Amino acid sequence: MDRAETAARIAELIDPFNKKGIEITDNTSFAGDLEWDSLTVMDFVAAIEDEFDIIISMNQQAEIETYGQLVDAVIKLQG
Amino acid sequence: MSDLFSKFDPLIQQRQALLDTGVTDPFGLVMERVISPTVAVCSGRETILLGTYNYMGMTFDPDVIAAGKQALDDFGAGTTGSRVLNGTYAGHRAVEEALKDFYAMDHAMVFSTGYQANLGIISTIAGKGDYIVLDIDSHASIWDGCKMGDAEVVPFKHNDIEAMEKRLKRIPEGAGKLVVLEGVYSMLGDIAPLKEMIRVAKENGAMVLVDEAHSMGFIGPNGRGVAEDQGCLDDVDFVIGTFSKSVGTVGGFCVSNHPKFEILRLVCRPYVFTASLPPSVVATAATSIRKLMHGEAKRAHLWENSRTLHKGLRDLGFKLGTPEPQSAIIAVIMPDLERGAGMWEALLNEGLYVNLARPPATPAGMTLLRCSLCAEHSAEQVQTIIGMFERAGKAVGII
Ligand SMILES: Cc1ncc(COP(=O)(O)O)c(C=O)c1O
Repeated sequence: MDRAETAARIAELIDPFNKKGIEITDNTSFAGDLEWDSLTVMDFVAAIEDEFDIIISMNQQAEIETYGQLVDAVIKLQG
Repeated sequence: MSDLFSKFDPLIQQRQALLDTGVTDPFGLVMERVISPTVAVCSGRETILLGTYNYMGMTFDPDVIAAGKQALDDFGAGTTGSRVLNGTYAGHRAVEEALKDFYAMDHAMVFSTGYQANLGIISTIAGKGDYIVLDIDSHASIWDGCKMGDAEVVPFKHNDIEAMEKRLKRIPEGAGKLVVLEGVYSMLGDIAPLKEMIRVAKENGAMVLVDEAHSMGFIGPNGRGVAEDQGCLDDVDFVIGTFSKSVGTVGGFCVSNHPKFEILRLVCRPYVFTASLPPSVVATAATSIRKLMHGEAKRAHLWENSRTLHKGLRDLGFKLGTPEPQSAIIAVIMPDLERGAGMWEALLNEGLYVNLARPPATPAGMTLLRCSLCAEHSAEQVQTIIGMFERAGKAVGII
């Protein structure tokens, strides 16, 4: 999967949690723009982990604030 | 200068808005006099206690009290020292012996609180490069233990065996793994499917820590907890517990059969860098633990109380945290914080104290009235309690 494909797949996974239909760009932040609470974050992280068969530990999550950062992190974690 | 307290403004406002509705402050209650494990005087009024963790009613046990008084006379009011320096007295050894006998395990280490036991054990045994896999509804002391250490922290959905297994399987080859579970989850009073979860954890090469804070003395044939009840205690590497619930005093511990366990006394900072428990506390704890080993009759009565209250509240139409009683905790789910606080106050006016629990302590943003039963609640008291819930629930419009 190249970056565009990974990014597109992650955007699809964001969709069901994007209740307000916020436009997703690399700078869209999960806490600030999408206003996700901790439970939503957990469900979303689980969806990403299952899709890409990776672990994103809480330590790593703390450094991921935006969609762009998440795409980069997923690519890196897939190795 | 920016005010460091401005981050608390939303909470200050929410609290003020609640108090402005005229309800009594649920977090400002004072017990003026304590008459027994189940009755206290609050605001001049005799009140039935249904929100303590005094499951086995040991706080006023005559043998326990006598042991505490004797220790005060013989050893003084406090140790003024760490366990590893001048803070280990005969009583600290004796309570560790009592724990080893109670759990039939090789090692026991006593901390000043259960909070510190989780903080210390978890942060010390899981280090850099190791993985901690834990239930998302874990107690704050477990989360803080994770935060204090250097391990990678991976939560999974509450009691979800498959979610836990998937995460374990994705951990890189060779990394150390610790699975952290609880026997009873104290917010909803539900238990974990430990047998299955521990089997999966072991299959994936993980060590297992189970916090049995809310099951000790009550659940399992010998009161050792949910793991004993489900027949998998032998596969638990570390049991964490507390003296602040069934044991009826204060303190925390870890018991284990790990052959190298004793080294923790030198490397576990929340054990080393704090004063040890006062002699009277360890004396009451040791006496209480030894009595709990023979608590069959009390356990049976506590189960009876739990079943009666659960059925009584369900029949009245309250929404409960579990479909059947699984522990001594019965959580009544409130529609929102305002009505929860209203119901809490109506019950207090009836002469009943329960715990009001709200986010972030509760899962899924719920407001709960948590009832915890005691082996010393009489069958008659339980009926009185059900009557109080009926009147309060109708007055507040919840049933
Ligand atoms: C699951 C769990 N673990 C640990 C603790 C901490 O116990 P202690 O009161 O001894 O600090 C508690 C008590 O609140 C608890 O509920």
